[in-house]
Amino acid sequence: MTHVSVTVNGEPREADVEPRTLLVYFLRETLGLTGTNVGCDTSSCGSCTVLLDGVSVKSCTLLAAQADGREVKTIEAMATDGQMHPLQEAFHRNHGLQCGYCTPGMIMAADSYLRENPNPTEEQVRASLEGNLCRCTGYQNIVKSILDAAQHMSGARA
Amino acid sequence: MATTEKYVGTPVLRKEDPEFLTGQARYTDDLTVAGMLWMTVVRSPFAHARIKAVDASKALAMPGVVAAFSGQDFEWAGPLLMAWPVTADINNPPHWPLAKDKARYQGDGVAVVVAESRAAAIDAAEAVSVDYEALPAVTDSDAALADGAPIVHDEFGTNRSYTWKLTNGDVDKVFAEAPVVVKQRNVIRRLIPNAIEPRSIVVQPTPATGQFTMWSSTQIPHVLRTGMALATGIAESKLRIIAPRVGGGFGSKLQVYPEEALALELARRLGRPIKWTETRTEGYLATHHGRDQIQDMEIAADRDGKIRGYRARIRANMGAYLRIIAPGTPILGAFLFCGCYGGEAYETEFVGVFTNTTPVDAYRGAGRPESAYAIEHMMDALAREVGKDPVEIRRMNFLPPFDEPTPSIGGLTLDSGNYPATLDQALELVGYEDARKEQQARREQGERRQIGIGFSTYLENCGWGPSKIIGNVLKYAGGGWEAATIRCHPTGKVVVVTGTTPHGQGGQTTIAQLVGDELGIPFEDIEVLFGDTDIAPAGWDTYGSRGNAVGMPAVHRAAQKIIEKGRKIAAHELEVAESDIEFKDGTFSVRGAPDVTRTIASLAFSSWTGHNLPDGLEPGLEASAFFDPENLVFPFGAHICVVEVDTETGEVEVTKYVAVDDVGTIINPQIVDGQVMGGVVQGIAEALAEEAIYDERGNLITSSMTQYLVPAATEVPSMIVGRHETPSTTNELGVKGVGETGTIASPPAVINAVVDALSHLGVTDVERPATPERVWRAIREAKGGAA
Repeated sequence: MTHVSVTVNGEPREADVEPRTLLVYFLRETLGLTGTNVGCDTSSCGSCTVLLDGVSVKSCTLLAAQADGREVKTIEAMATDGQMHPLQEAFHRNHGLQCGYCTPGMIMAADSYLRENPNPTEEQVRASLEGNLCRCTGYQNIVKSILDAAQHMSGARA
Repeated sequence: MATTEKYVGTPVLRKEDPEFLTGQARYTDDLTVAGMLWMTVVRSPFAHARIKAVDASKALAMPGVVAAFSGQDFEWAGPLLMAWPVTADINNPPHWPLAKDKARYQGDGVAVVVAESRAAAIDAAEAVSVDYEALPAVTDSDAALADGAPIVHDEFGTNRSYTWKLTNGDVDKVFAEAPVVVKQRNVIRRLIPNAIEPRSIVVQPTPATGQFTMWSSTQIPHVLRTGMALATGIAESKLRIIAPRVGGGFGSKLQVYPEEALALELARRLGRPIKWTETRTEGYLATHHGRDQIQDMEIAADRDGKIRGYRARIRANMGAYLRIIAPGTPILGAFLFCGCYGGEAYETEFVGVFTNTTPVDAYRGAGRPESAYAIEHMMDALAREVGKDPVEIRRMNFLPPFDEPTPSIGGLTLDSGNYPATLDQALELVGYEDARKEQQARREQGERRQIGIGFSTYLENCGWGPSKIIGNVLKYAGGGWEAATIRCHPTGKVVVVTGTTPHGQGGQTTIAQLVGDELGIPFEDIEVLFGDTDIAPAGWDTYGSRGNAVGMPAVHRAAQKIIEKGRKIAAHELEVAESDIEFKDGTFSVRGAPDVTRTIASLAFSSWTGHNLPDGLEPGLEASAFFDPENLVFPFGAHICVVEVDTETGEVEVTKYVAVDDVGTIINPQIVDGQVMGGVVQGIAEALAEEAIYDERGNLITSSMTQYLVPAATEVPSMIVGRHETPSTTNELGVKGVGETGTIASPPAVINAVVDALSHLGVTDVERPATPERVWRAIREAKGGAA
C-alpha cells in the first residue's frame, strides 16, 4: 500500500491505497467524490478532468501517488456558498449539457483554459476542448457556454 | 396561486441541470452498496470458437475471489428477450447470458468471476483458463450469405435469419417501362454508439423476501424488468429496476444485456449485492453496435426526373445473435425508401444475416438513417442523371403540403407535411445562389479546394405505435402506448410521473412546461419522476423519439382528468352547476362572475381534506392516463451541407451546415435545437469518419476510443438551425419527435456535398465514411488513374 496525502477541494485528505490506484478512483471510491466521471480507459474522453495545482489533467492518466503533496480541485468545489460558478451558470443558460456525463470534465477543462486565455475565440475554445468528448450536444452549445462565461468573467473583473 | 405565464413554446432553462453542473447527479457507477461484490466477465478473444473447457481453479485461489462460473453452470428460465420476430419463419437462436458451447463473436461472454474488489475481479478474470478450438469466422453480410460461408448457428444451416418484404403497386411493370432507372449500392457502415457513460449495474438482493433492486444504466427499466423476469424466473413483482441518471444512450442502452441477467442471477445465488461496470474497451465488444447494411437501391423515373417507382434490397447484419429489437430495427425504415416523394410502385426487401460480430441493434435513428440515405443520396444521383439541379428534382417530386392524414406510396399514412416550406427556409439560410456562384468560380479556376453543396429533404417516422398495428401487423411483441400520473399535493405542489425514461432529452423540463400551462402551476412547483419501476410502474421508456410524441400526450390526458375532477369540486364549492364553470390558465371561475374562482392548488387542498366534496366523489386530486397513438408521427425537414474538398489530399471540411426541421408543435425551442445539433454532429461523423472495422478473422480493429473516431469539438462545424412547425394530426398536442432527426438527415447531405464538389471531375459516388483516403481514391479513379 502507498500512503497518499492530497489537498482536495481545499481540505487535506489522506489514505493508504494500492500503488496502482488511479487518481480518479482515489477521488471517486476512496473519497466518495463521484462528480468526476470515468468515460474510457484510454485517456480519450476527458470525463475525468480535474485541476491539479490549478491546471486541468485527466485523472485517469495519473496515479493517486502522483498527486501526493499536491492540490486537486473537482467539480464539487466549483460552486461556492451555494452560488454556481460563472461556467456552471453559462452551461445552464446556453443548454451546454444534455445527459451531463461529460459536463464536469468540460467545466474543469474550460476553467483551466480560461485562466490561460480569458478572452478566447470560438476556434480557440474548440481547440481547448480537443481532449474532452461529448456525444450529446454536438459541442456547439458547450462552445457557446464557454464563450458566454468568458464574457461574464471578464465583465466581473473589469 | 395560478400563473398566467406560458411555458410551452418558450426556452425555459432545464430543471435537470443543477445536479449535473455541480457533480451531484448519481449515475449507476457512483453507487456503493454495503457488502457489494464486483463482477467481471471473461470474454472470448476469438470471433468463432468451440469452448472445450473452462478452468477457473487458479482464479478461485486468488485473494478476494468469491466465485467463478462458466456458461454450463447456469440453467436460465429463458433466453435474453428478443421482442421483434419480424416473420413467422425467422431463425432466432436462444441467446444465453454466457455462451455454453461456442463463442460467436469477439467479446462473447464465456465465464464470470466475482470478487471483493474491482481490482481483484479483473485480476481473477485474467486467471480463468479457457480451452478454445478456433473456427473460421465471417463478418460481412454478403460473405455470410455466400455458399460455403462459416455458419454462425449450426442448427439453421444458413446465416439467413429472415427475409421481410413489402410491395405496393406493380413494381416490375413500372421498372420495365420507365425510361430512366438509376441504381446505387450503398454500404452503411457499422457504428459504435459511444454513449459517454459506460454501462454499469448494481443489484441488491433481500434474500429473506426474495426481492431484488437493480440499478442499471439503461434506457428501458420497464422492459428490462420483464426481460429479467423471463431470463431468471424471478417474479416481476419482486423486481425493482431503477435507471438513475443515465449518461446517454443513443439506443445502445435500449437492450436487455447478458450482464444484467448475470448480475441478478449472481446476487440471487450468492445472496450479496453485485456490481459491474464495463470498461470502454470492453464496451466496444459487449455493447451492441448500430447500422451495418448493404443496400441496392433503384429508382424508376420519367425522362424529366418525375419518379415512378422505388425498389430496394437490403442485407442487414444482425451480428451473432438477435438482440431485443434487432430484426425490426432496419424495418423501422422499410416504409421510407420513397422519402417525401410520390410515385406509383414501391418495394423493399430485407434479409437479416448472422455474422461473427458483436450484435447489432438500435442506434440513434435505427433504420431511418439508412432509408433516408438510400433515397436522399439517390435523389442527387437522379438529378445528375436527368440534368437537373438537386433542388429542382426534389421540388417536382415532393408530395404537396397537407394538414390532414395523407397516404404515401411506401404504405404509410403521413400525419402532416410541408416539404417545400422547410426547403425554402433552408435555401435562404444557406445562401444557395451565392454558394453555387462560388462553386462555379472555383471550378473555372481549377482551384485545389472545391466546393460542394449537398441536400437532404428527409422524412422519418417515430413515436412507435399504435399497439394494435405494431403488434398484429409488424409482429412487435411490446406495446406502443405510454402512461402518466399527475399527483397534486395538499399545498398545491405537483408531481408528474412518466413512464418514459429520459436520459438527456430534457423531459423533466418539457413535461413540467406542459403541466405548468395546463394546470396553471408554477414550473418550479412541479417535479417530474421517472426511471424507477416502483415509482413509475407502467411505461415503455425512452427510445425512437417517443418521449415527446407518445409520452407527452399521456401527460396531457392525465392533466385533463385533473381538470375534469377539479371542475366538479369547484362547482360544488361555488354552488353552481358544472356547466357554469370555466377553466382558463389554471383558474376555475363562474361564468359571468370572473372574480369568483378556485385554483388547482386550492382544490388540491380541499380534495385532500375531503371536508366538502360532492357526494360520491373520491377524495384526492390525482389522475393517471394511458395514451396509445392512432398513428406514427412524421418529422421532416431540409438539411443543406456545404463542404470544401481538398482535391489533392481528399480531405473534407464542412464549412456550412443548415438544418431546418419540422417536428410539429415545439414545447421548448432551446431543447429542440440542442437535439438537432447533437444529432447532426453524430451524422456528420457517420458520413466522414466513424466506422467499426473487423479483420477477416473477426477481430474488432477499431477496438477503443483511440481507433474509433468519435468527433471532437475541432472536427465538427457550428451550424445554423432553423425551425418550422406543422402540427401533427396524430395527437391533440400536435407534437412529433426530435431525438433522431439530426442523425437521419445529415449523412446524405454530407456525402451528397462531397460528390457534388467532385462531380465536375467525373466522380459519381464516394463510399461512406468519406475519409481522405476514400475521397482521394474516388478522384484518382474518376481521372482514370490507378486507385
